[in-house]
Amino acid sequence: MKRTVCRTARSAVSILMLLVFFVPVYWMLLTAVKTMGQCYQTPPAFWVSNPAWDNFTRAFEAIPFRNMLKNSLIVTAGTLLCQCVTVIPAAYAFARMRFRGEKLLFGAVLATMMIPAQLIFLPVFLLFSQAGLINSYISLIIPHGTSAFAIFMLRQTFRQVPDELLEAARLDKAGQWKIITRIMLPLARPTLLTLCLLTLVTTWSDYFWPFVMTTNNDVRTLSVGVSMLRIVDGGVDYPLPFLWNRWSGRCTG
Amino acid sequence: MEQVLKRIFFPAASRVQAVLPARTAVRRRRGAALLPYLLIAPALALLFVFVLYPIGYMVYLSFFDWNMIKPKEFVGLQNFVTMFHDPEFFQVLGNTFQYTVWTLVFGMGLALAAACFLKKDTRINRLLQSAIFLPYVMPLVSVAFIWVWLMDADYGLLNWLLGLVGLPGIRWLQDSAVAMYSLILVSVWKCVGYNTLIILSAMQGVPGYLYEAARLDKAGPAKTFFKITLPMISPSLFFLTLMNLIACFKMFETVNIMTAGGPANATSTLVYSLYQYGFKFYKLGYASAEGVVLMVIIGACTLVYFGALGKRVHYR
Repeated sequence: MKRTVCRTARSAVSILMLLVFFVPVYWMLLTAVKTMGQCYQTPPAFWVSNPAWDNFTRAFEAIPFRNMLKNSLIVTAGTLLCQCVTVIPAAYAFARMRFRGEKLLFGAVLATMMIPAQLIFLPVFLLFSQAGLINSYISLIIPHGTSAFAIFMLRQTFRQVPDELLEAARLDKAGQWKIITRIMLPLARPTLLTLCLLTLVTTWSDYFWPFVMTTNNDVRTLSVGVSMLRIVDGGVDYPLPFLWNRWSGRCTG
Repeated sequence: MEQVLKRIFFPAASRVQAVLPARTAVRRRRGAALLPYLLIAPALALLFVFVLYPIGYMVYLSFFDWNMIKPKEFVGLQNFVTMFHDPEFFQVLGNTFQYTVWTLVFGMGLALAAACFLKKDTRINRLLQSAIFLPYVMPLVSVAFIWVWLMDADYGLLNWLLGLVGLPGIRWLQDSAVAMYSLILVSVWKCVGYNTLIILSAMQGVPGYLYEAARLDKAGPAKTFFKITLPMISPSLFFLTLMNLIACFKMFETVNIMTAGGPANATSTLVYSLYQYGFKFYKLGYASAEGVVLMVIIGACTLVYFGALGKRVHYR
């Protein structure tokens, strides 16, 4: 008796969970292919037999889609590249070298994790506007060109590399460069992959930074473009954003 | 903080390191002493220019009255005085507090419950886990859009569902008493999957013999949870709460897209207000003063958090 009650309750909770998390997403996909009329219909339609695919074309035309896609790709790739260049050497130095001020500097790096971009965008904006770099890729890429979290994670991974391997490399007269590229990086591959993926997803879907660092569409990324669909249409034409969401949702997922 | 992070992400390593020396001492030539500094220079330079310098400049600006056009005028603490006499500021502060507390409580509480519920590794549980993780991989902009439409007062799905069970519709985003809770709902919906994932992986790290021992001692499920599971996963919970806290403080997207701070400032948070004063009203000094307050709050939270709670967290 008690078991059946338990099992029924369990199933009920499972179904509720599925509904709560799947229905909004399904609703987004569905609304993307609804016509205006179908959107404002009561009771709402839970299925459309002839999807309005031209919503997609309309959305692509409403904003400079090609350009924004290009910007998103450039900014994401640039940020990734820049982080690799800054994070790997720093993590290696913090993991495998001893130098004065090491502890203090590493502590400082970790402390910056507590400072969100939303707190300091104003001074950074002023900095870039003095340099005439607003609406440039530089202002979108360079401020996120390093990551304290990535430095920390990679440093820990580098520390787990057995000393014997490094000893052997040194006996073979391998330089630091060779040690990093031939021993450290291959051994840290899983961590590197995770970190890259993390940077990729956060940069691609970031809305705040490109939103505050740009004043025109030149370098704006897709996530800003998506939000513009609503502003352009004054919040009336809902089907458009929906399709966009679907698109960007798929790309980041 | 380093110790905390290390123990969370690399619990095994920190134990091994206690036994093995981490690095072998190597005799270096003189020129090599400079090498580590060269290696960390690019990262540190970026952090200096884009984190440290902006903080300093923000504090400096908070003592000035400036609208980007006329020259800066030194006003001392006037910005702070104005701020602390402005009821709107306290409303914004209250909103931030309200948002943070409820998002944390529900985001962590529900994630903990979901993790317990999904602990067994079965096919249906794996499906459920990916279902609740789904919102996390979607851009916040998209999430905000879905919910704007779901919460539409006249044509939204939520109000239609309420109507089905005979309840009156709610003006989710237009009613100043409800709007903040609507935003909290969206944030919890988005973050609960990630929290669950982290908690679940922490739970899987708890050694089975501890549960075995509890079973032999005839401890009930509640006792097992509070005496074994919770202490064992406390490092992960500790870190997760801190990350959630920072994420709450910096929340901007949902406010900007779903409500634009309205109705009647009911959903304006510190970050949003900072953005408005800086970029809409061009009161840079005042905006910077708000930034300083936010920074002090974050700093105080971090310190208190590490000071008070950090010692109680159980590390293996």
